[in-house]
Amino acid sequence: MSDPVLSVRDLRVEFHTRRGVLKAIDGVSFDIGKGEVLGVVGESGAGKSVTGSAVIGLIDPPGRIAGGEILLSGQRVDNLPPEEMRKVRGKRIGMIFQDPLTSLNPLYKISEQLIETITTHTDLSPTQARRRAVDLLAEVGIPAPEKRIDSYPHEFSGGMRQRVVIALALCAEPELIIADEPTTALDVSVQAQIITLLKRLGREHGTAIMLVTHDMGVIAETADRVAVMYAGRIAEIGPVHDVVQNPLHPYAEGLMGAIPTLAGEDARLVQIPGSMPRLNRIPPGCAFNPRCGYRFGRCTVDRPDPLPWRGHRVACHLYDAASGPHFLGEGKTLAAAKKPEEAA
Amino acid sequence: MIAYILRSLAQGALVLLAVAFIAFSMFRFVGDPVANMVGQEATLQDRQELRERLGLERPFPVQFAIFVGNAVQGDFGVSYRQARPVSALMVERLPATLELAILSALFATVIGVGFGVYAAIRRDGFLANVVMTVSLVGVSLPTFLIGIGLIYVFAVELRWLPSFGRGETVRIGWWTTGLLTESGLKSLVLPVLTLGFFQLTLIMRLVRSEMLEVMRADFIRFARARGIPERTIEFRHALRNTLIPVVTIAGLQLGSIIAFAIVTETVFQWPGLGSLFVQAVQFADVPVMAAYLVFVAFVFVVVNLLVDLTYVLLDPRLRGGKALAK
Ligand SMILES: Nc1ncnc2c1ncn2[C@@H]1O[C@H](COP(=O)(O)OP(=O)(O)OP(=O)(O)O)[C@@H](O)[C@H]1O
Ligand SMILES: [Mg+2]
Repeated sequence: MSDPVLSVRDLRVEFHTRRGVLKAIDGVSFDIGKGEVLGVVGESGAGKSVTGSAVIGLIDPPGRIAGGEILLSGQRVDNLPPEEMRKVRGKRIGMIFQDPLTSLNPLYKISEQLIETITTHTDLSPTQARRRAVDLLAEVGIPAPEKRIDSYPHEFSGGMRQRVVIALALCAEPELIIADEPTTALDVSVQAQIITLLKRLGREHGTAIMLVTHDMGVIAETADRVAVMYAGRIAEIGPVHDVVQNPLHPYAEGLMGAIPTLAGEDARLVQIPGSMPRLNRIPPGCAFNPRCGYRFGRCTVDRPDPLPWRGHRVACHLYDAASGPHFLGEGKTLAAAKKPEEAA
Repeated sequence: MIAYILRSLAQGALVLLAVAFIAFSMFRFVGDPVANMVGQEATLQDRQELRERLGLERPFPVQFAIFVGNAVQGDFGVSYRQARPVSALMVERLPATLELAILSALFATVIGVGFGVYAAIRRDGFLANVVMTVSLVGVSLPTFLIGIGLIYVFAVELRWLPSFGRGETVRIGWWTTGLLTESGLKSLVLPVLTLGFFQLTLIMRLVRSEMLEVMRADFIRFARARGIPERTIEFRHALRNTLIPVVTIAGLQLGSIIAFAIVTETVFQWPGLGSLFVQAVQFADVPVMAAYLVFVAFVFVVVNLLVDLTYVLLDPRLRGGKALAK
């Protein structure tokens, strides 16, 4: 098989602050293949955005990549000189941010911003670039693009602006799109349209998509695989239907339990007790152990590494044969590990 | 857009009217104009005649209306001290002040914006820190001290530049200019530096902080994510957004350069409107004082109007109207 479009290996990102070194990303690994959508979920502060910023080489100071590798179609991009990395951004990796109202420069027509991006990354003349810009606007579903292209950002609605942002991300036909909560700031009715658009574009162009969102419904509908992040690590990563329906990691179970099901027959909203620790207060052992209903001795001592388990990878001692009697064993699910008092 | 301009114009007219009222009130409360105009030996009847000729017997609102009507035509009466029309005195002094003020404004804006951008881009650079430190001096030192310091160094010690006056000037119609002779240009250097320095440091610090603010904006981050080169981001995307708030404050500051010119003109014995005003105050020459007040207000209003228009040019969100529909 050919190289995945994006391959992140044991990524570590640190913020050197006055209060010490914060390990925002602590050994994250995942791949995204051609045309694949990887959903990334997790509580606020889990490190989703920082992971995306690391991939595109735009970590805010005082942060820096402290270890690991990032490969784009087999080529390392985490150690490129700044000018080389700039040429990767926008050309091979497109980025979409949360707030379309503030993503566009208010003082320039969208034609100017599109043409600028196209001519930065291609050899097209300004006239050709303009034609391409019109095509792009049509492709992302902006009506009457020849007319609308000379409008200013404030003349578009939020949803239309996010379409413009997507067109900007697509300017140079990138291999990978990182969409960081692309619908959070939009009306509910518009959210679905934007997600459908992203999904369609990814399919038609074979673009790999890393989709960060808090919306499990969006993940369930859009993603092929999903990564659940917790305190700078991946707790569980696997095919979306498995993870949503049979989560392996106790944290993933809690997170999925928090989705209201449409049918309503099983509509209990389970809240995970407690909150995610701050980066400078991560407990020893598994970062999730203080909130975990399945905790046993080893969890407060050893940090679990993600291990392959039935097509997932999960960082939990329950799935490690070295855990002795607590090891769940082949074919068993979390239910089998319920604590005695709960099972009773 | 038209409504916007009309509103600015109306506001300006109101401000001018208010200032004219204050200026006019001075006639009533600062000394007795008749006593100022006639000698000690004038009889009571002479005085009464003069009062009537000057219209001082008429009701206050009528007098004010006449004052405004005359002022609009540039007629501010006759200077008590020099017995010449105030407008002639002002026109004589105007070129000196305008040349000084406009050059100072240019100096302050060009260098201020340039250094401000530099200090923002090279935030932690050595030179940027030096510039910022020097600018602190500019903000905190009073103008007359800067002027005296400059005179001491460049006129007294080094003897490079003259310490007072305009030097030789050339007459072009009613305008006199110091820009065409060597001594005229040399004479301009120190007053321009003195008058512009405070505004320069102010504009520079403002540009720097606004630019740093803008560089944190989402659309800058997005421009980086699109792979736009850093230079383009700084000068195309950040600078224009920086200038919008800067234009307002800098514009108002430039208006006040005319007002600040009083101090600089006094320090350098500059034959402009500022020193005319200082003399007028010494002799309670009310017509000149009133005319000067109205003139300064007029400059402020015009600058304000220009600022508003620049705003519209810079910010498409204010133009509105045509594409907003649908
Ligand atoms: N500039 C910074 N300085 C210090 N710490 C930072 C900085 N940016 C991010 N972090 C830390 O990195 C961690 C991960 O942040 P990140 O923005 O990736 O979270 P997230 O998963 O995207 O959360 P959200 O859902 O709120 O967007 C946070 O705990 C935060 O404290
Ligand atoms: Mg985030």
